[in-house]
Amino acid sequence: MQNPQKIVIGKDLFLQPEYDETFKNKKAFEDMPEVQKVKEIAEWTKSKEYCDLNFKREAITINQAKACQPLGAVMVALGFENTMPYVHGSHGCVAYFRTYFTRHFKEPTPCVSDSMTEDAAVFGGINNMKQGLQNCKALYEPEMIAVSTTCMAEVIGDDLNAFVDGAKTEGYLPEDYPVVFAHTPSFVGSHLTGYDNMLSETLKQLCKTISKDKKERLNIVPGFETYLGGIDEERELAEAFGIDAVVIPDHGEQWNTGAGEYKMFAGGTPIEEIKGACNAKAIVTMQPFTTPKTLKICKNKFKQQTFEARPIGLSGSDELVMFLKEFSGKDVPESIKRDRARLVDAMQDSYSYVHDKKFAIYGDPDFALGLAAFVIEMGGEVTHLLCNNAPEGWAEAARAVLDRSPAKDSSRVWAGKDLWHLRSLLFTEPVDYLIGNSYGKELERDTGVPLIRIGFPIFDRHHLHRYSIVGYKGGLNLLNWIVNKILDTIDSQTKEIAKTDFSYDLVR
Amino acid sequence: MGPESLESIQKSALEDILKKYPEKAQKDRAKHLGVGLPADESQKTCGGVQSNKKTVPGVMSQRGCAYAGSKGVVWGPVKDMVHISHGPVGCSQYSRSGRRNYYIGSTGVDTFVTMNFTTDFQERDIVFGGDKKLTKAIEEINELFPLVKGVSVQSECPIGLIGDDIQATAKKTTALINKPVIPVSCEGFRGVSQSLGHHIANDAIRDHVFTSKGSDVGSTPYDVAIIGDYNIGGDAWASRILLEEMGLRVIAQWSGDATLNELRNGPKAKLNLLHCYRSMNYVSRHMEQEFNIPWIEYNFFGPSKTYESLRKIASQFDQGVQDNAEKVIAKYKPVMDAVLDKYKPRLEGKKVMLYVGGLRPRHVIGAYEDLGMEIIGTGYEFAHNDDYSRTTHEIQRSTVIYDDANEYELEAFCKRIKPDIVAAGVKEKYTFQKMGLPFRQMHSWDYSGPYHGFDGFAIFARDMDMAINSPVWGHNKAPWDAA
Ligand code: SF4
Repeated sequence: MQNPQKIVIGKDLFLQPEYDETFKNKKAFEDMPEVQKVKEIAEWTKSKEYCDLNFKREAITINQAKACQPLGAVMVALGFENTMPYVHGSHGCVAYFRTYFTRHFKEPTPCVSDSMTEDAAVFGGINNMKQGLQNCKALYEPEMIAVSTTCMAEVIGDDLNAFVDGAKTEGYLPEDYPVVFAHTPSFVGSHLTGYDNMLSETLKQLCKTISKDKKERLNIVPGFETYLGGIDEERELAEAFGIDAVVIPDHGEQWNTGAGEYKMFAGGTPIEEIKGACNAKAIVTMQPFTTPKTLKICKNKFKQQTFEARPIGLSGSDELVMFLKEFSGKDVPESIKRDRARLVDAMQDSYSYVHDKKFAIYGDPDFALGLAAFVIEMGGEVTHLLCNNAPEGWAEAARAVLDRSPAKDSSRVWAGKDLWHLRSLLFTEPVDYLIGNSYGKELERDTGVPLIRIGFPIFDRHHLHRYSIVGYKGGLNLLNWIVNKILDTIDSQTKEIAKTDFSYDLVR
Repeated sequence: MGPESLESIQKSALEDILKKYPEKAQKDRAKHLGVGLPADESQKTCGGVQSNKKTVPGVMSQRGCAYAGSKGVVWGPVKDMVHISHGPVGCSQYSRSGRRNYYIGSTGVDTFVTMNFTTDFQERDIVFGGDKKLTKAIEEINELFPLVKGVSVQSECPIGLIGDDIQATAKKTTALINKPVIPVSCEGFRGVSQSLGHHIANDAIRDHVFTSKGSDVGSTPYDVAIIGDYNIGGDAWASRILLEEMGLRVIAQWSGDATLNELRNGPKAKLNLLHCYRSMNYVSRHMEQEFNIPWIEYNFFGPSKTYESLRKIASQFDQGVQDNAEKVIAKYKPVMDAVLDKYKPRLEGKKVMLYVGGLRPRHVIGAYEDLGMEIIGTGYEFAHNDDYSRTTHEIQRSTVIYDDANEYELEAFCKRIKPDIVAAGVKEKYTFQKMGLPFRQMHSWDYSGPYHGFDGFAIFARDMDMAINSPVWGHNKAPWDAA
């Protein structure tokens, strides 16, 4: 029973003895397996035999670490100024996209759908599209609408180009109203494929006048960047060289607005800038495995110089800075030199806690590579590097990163595997630390391996997304999170009084 | 503000909001917005609104899909089964672990609720069909999780569109693994909201669960089942404890923390106690027709409704149970009074705007009113007319009613009718908080809870006080802002 002076929630309530009684009563009706049997099977799931069986799986994916295309398309759309993401399909998907981003960023996520139902499945979604575009513009007054599709629209084969044209010629939208669109079937690739599709299509559709004379300008593509501080950091790095830089698309502000007033759209790349994007001299992507189509268009169609960066960790940041140096023709500014020196200094202060520690890292392709590179730079060992949505070429790239490590022979690459595979690996070839998103918390519980939360989504910790994980400053954040989790773990393992607490050191 | 002026503000807000829509959408939305009055018997549904109709295209509806209704609500919480999200990877990923359906078990060994299982459709599955893959997936699940009691197949959009026959596959695999494989055709494009998913899921229980027998649990005159409690944050436990205290035997809990055996034993109950009417009235009606089990609705939000419900439930039984109900009430009443003494003075007169799903837009009204708070707007994402007619009996004053409200309407209403707190879902939360308004998530209890029962009400009261009286809402004004 509650004590009004000290009301308890959740666990503390259910640990009270009367609940024990209720749980026991319920057991009589559950017909759950015998305790002994459960223990036996639980042990078995930790075995090598189970691991082998688990890796034989062909059909079922268990605890995946990826999402579907339109999610990425929504992120792109929210990176354009005053632009409404519009998903052609049933509204259930959109409820999911909004919820998913909102849970991660703790910020509202605008996005509409045209609510297709059975009749659209039979007759196509053209009517939904016409009405939908009109309603969307009237209600939310965006300057542009960015349309992507769901699996439903793709299976029935709706033709976006014709639909958008139709909506305009029939007067549902002004002829000159900007609507960009991309097909984003959810049964191909992952949320990253959707990001690339929406971005490359937008550039294709908006960049109408491609001139040969390129401006001394650099386009920065952050990719599916969920650490919003990173977008500013990338821009600042370029600007420190005096480079005229435009981030395309820039969703950094959309999910990082202040209190006091709700404005549906915040920040974002101005539409005029996107139209002229093709005439910048060069483009640099911070997530090459996320943006292959975008790069191809820039290279082949816009004839731009392209550079593939992955500025997570020291060498990745160095490569970006060297590119910026070359691009600008200027020396590396003092501020950047100072930031690099600070990161290196910090790495030298902290390395001893990371050295020789074994890590399992999982996440999106570029993220996983960058994190692995950084851990290796610190002297850590990457025992498992796993990417569920690994595109072609990722496994080789991952191998190349791991080969830089003295522990390369015991470092393994897992392309296309899910988190249930990883669970087996954590039992059969254990590691000291796990790096990944919130879904790793169940792995932490089951295997006892401490989880360092870096990645997307992070639902169960607050505000991490406000920081950066790219560049030298971002490197400091990574270092901070990794080393301090290691120290927390050591503390928790050494605090037992009269047993281990002689190692419970005050100074570390 | 007198009731008349409130009503006129509400009506004019409604008119203004409609003006912004293009003609066709305006006509449509006008049918779904209204002002409900408790005295107005002529209103068939609260506020005279229509419901369960297609969403206007191009708006930010807060609705979900049939898959969400079936997998997320009805089937997903059944803990000793694996629920396969059959189709592309997305739906499964987004619906993972968001609903806080608490359960007790060894996840990945004998229980599976917080895990994700998907056939992760690729292009070739769309082209050639996914039946074979599904069969293989079910075999793999049975091998890797030998203690699994059964499997349900939750269809995503493409399944119905490409014409896969999951019924046949389910039949075949049931024989193959010698455990029930239950097909649920809850493709997201079916129906207008998650509501149809609940119905489809209920039908699947009827067709595939009731056809097999559960374990022998004997029989007493006091056997009841909790229907339509998903154990969000442990709600069903905080409810169950009261029913047991009053001498009833809860033989099944649907479906939060439920096992397949409990579902199977459902038809053995003497009385079904229905909490979320919307999501589980179908299977309750079926049990009434088929097995002669009566069902009654109850409401365990807030002390007044809980007292009322306990008495109503007890009235279905003998004097012994009725006496017990009085004893239970007598035991908890002082605690509830103490909770009210503590929080009512801090919350009295505060105005609440609600927007939730199945039962809460009406069920929680009493709990707020116990605290002296007033509901000035409410509505459902996916209700039917019977939900709105039930709402008519709950409102105490003129109340804005919005069916399938979208982001634009909610924001606009809020600006006009000026609530002191908004209680809705996560998609809405940060919008209102940015406006400086206290907010509570009424789907997940904002990661607090339980809110059901007497234990839950204490938490509810504490949380509402925390939200409304937190110092954080006072910080918006910077010292340099003009007075
Ligand atoms: S997988 Fe298909 S139905 Fe599911 S969220 Fe993605 S697009 Fe929507």
